[in-house]
Amino acid sequence: MSGYPVYFAKRLAQFALVVFIGVNLAYFITHATPIDPVEQSIAAVTNFSGTAPDAIAQMRSSLRELYGLTGTPRQQYLSFWSRIVRADFGPSLSAFPTPVSTLVFRALPWTVGLLVTSTIATWILGNLLGGLAGYYQKNRALKAMGVIAMTLHPIPYYIVAFVLLIIFGFVWPVLPISGGSAMNLPQGWNWAFISSVLRHSILPAMSLILIGLGSWFLGMRSLVSNIVTEDHVRYAELAGVSSRRILVSYVMRNALAPQVTGLAMSLGGIFNGAIITERVFGYPGVGTLLIDAVYAGDYGLVLGVTTISILGVSLGVLIIDLIYPLIDPRVQAR
Amino acid sequence: MGKILADLLRFNIEFRIGALLVGLALIIAALSIFSPYSPIDVYTVPPDVPPSSAYWLGTTSRGQDVFWQLTFALRNTLLFGFAVAILSRIFSLVIGLVSGYKGGWVDRVLMAINDTFIIIPLFPLLVLCYFVLRDSMSWALLALIMASLGWAYDARLIRSVAMSLKTREYTRTGVFSGMSTREILMQEHLPHVMPIVFSTTMNNINWSIGLEVTLSVLGFTDINTPTIGGMIYWANQHTAMVAGVWWWIAFPIAAIVMTFVGLFLLAVSMNEYIDPRSRLNRMGGGAS
Repeated sequence: MSGYPVYFAKRLAQFALVVFIGVNLAYFITHATPIDPVEQSIAAVTNFSGTAPDAIAQMRSSLRELYGLTGTPRQQYLSFWSRIVRADFGPSLSAFPTPVSTLVFRALPWTVGLLVTSTIATWILGNLLGGLAGYYQKNRALKAMGVIAMTLHPIPYYIVAFVLLIIFGFVWPVLPISGGSAMNLPQGWNWAFISSVLRHSILPAMSLILIGLGSWFLGMRSLVSNIVTEDHVRYAELAGVSSRRILVSYVMRNALAPQVTGLAMSLGGIFNGAIITERVFGYPGVGTLLIDAVYAGDYGLVLGVTTISILGVSLGVLIIDLIYPLIDPRVQAR
Repeated sequence: MGKILADLLRFNIEFRIGALLVGLALIIAALSIFSPYSPIDVYTVPPDVPPSSAYWLGTTSRGQDVFWQLTFALRNTLLFGFAVAILSRIFSLVIGLVSGYKGGWVDRVLMAINDTFIIIPLFPLLVLCYFVLRDSMSWALLALIMASLGWAYDARLIRSVAMSLKTREYTRTGVFSGMSTREILMQEHLPHVMPIVFSTTMNNINWSIGLEVTLSVLGFTDINTPTIGGMIYWANQHTAMVAGVWWWIAFPIAAIVMTFVGLFLLAVSMNEYIDPRSRLNRMGGGAS
């Protein structure tokens, strides 16, 4: 037994484990609290509006079940899982009576769209420039890029997004700094709406790209500058293979495999960054949803966003892992 | 150790810049001892004064001196980073060393859990923690939670070193002379992974400070303890940018960016020092 099926099974098991541990962490966190979150949530909601008493009673029982505070610990644990399997997190408190799952699935396309495009753009751009910088080590412009990457890379997402917001919101206001599209446009597949979405996504995407670029650039540069010294590259040079061909098929190809693994590993971090970026730019994705839910004291929504983001990120990692053999054929041969 | 640091200072420009920036941050943090104001008092000085000779970095809309506030904020933020880094070092050392030395199913189980913690998006979990704890979320508790979530990546690095240490001669000598696993790991292997522990410490401090700043900017931490994120939080609450009180936001951001870049440069230059290939490159020898 070897090759792709084994690899596939292993990845699937890892995916199941991530989801299992993630959901358990969420369960543990919500049950380790010293205060009663149900009464707190209800107090937070009823402070602002006069809700009917029977509606409050219904909300309380639904929340109690959701928190898993009814029944024995074993029943609590099982009912928690059954709700998660059915993606049923009850009605949202802040947008009563819309179900939490509806809110999350409405926000998800925005986040996924922003995240997928900016991650792919960052990865390709960072690896390309890093590869060039590792191969042409004498080039001034690429050296300068290295310095910039090194300075930008350690700064957290929030600070970069916030500084971009200040620059393009106060100092030089040319781009829309908030929202996912213009307010007055109906959503649909027409050019006006799509171009508005694109314009609004420039700043969030730019902050994600600026921050992410550094690590791919630095990683690829050091990988390539190590591979360049290896015998097979020396041999290709001596055999008169053109330097562009050496760079693309002898050096970059070999350096890509660890970078794909790196992409899978860093997906969780990139997602964290996207949440914060969305919040800064008021982008209508799950990040904004999560943070607004915390402010509104909406328990079901916070739990829903948390578990769905754990699921989403581990699914993304699984997809990257499954296409990995296309880049590194050794996986199949082994 | 002292000689290595002196060498790094002399030959490595990245280390020199990093040490300078981190040193500056430490000096600012240390100045908090001399502050004439208590960090939590408000309206002790006239509000909204731009930077001047009396108030070096201006004052906030809450009547606090930005400079002295900054010294406290930087001190707390750095302390937080160190606390998380030291706690999570313990987790990652134990798991990395045991996993690398034991191998077999112990290694497989530990690494499966380890990879899970690398993949899981931690920010929503931290938000969930804040959400259920609210006011009981203290500085120390947050450090403990972050440390127990943020050890995984470094455990993997330590494991890779431990795996190669396992095959060395002296490990076998230790086993044959009757040392227990614990003794071998503590006395024989631990000193060899210390360099990599130091360089990952810098990155871990950066990681935890970054998350702390983000959480407290959103108001998801104990906002009454002054931190860099807390300063930006209060500035945002008073719409400092719109009101033109730019110094309230600009100086904390400048201070934290300085710290980040400094710590990162220290980590990079130490990594380069640990990696023998790049050391050879620097000396002008090596394979190329």
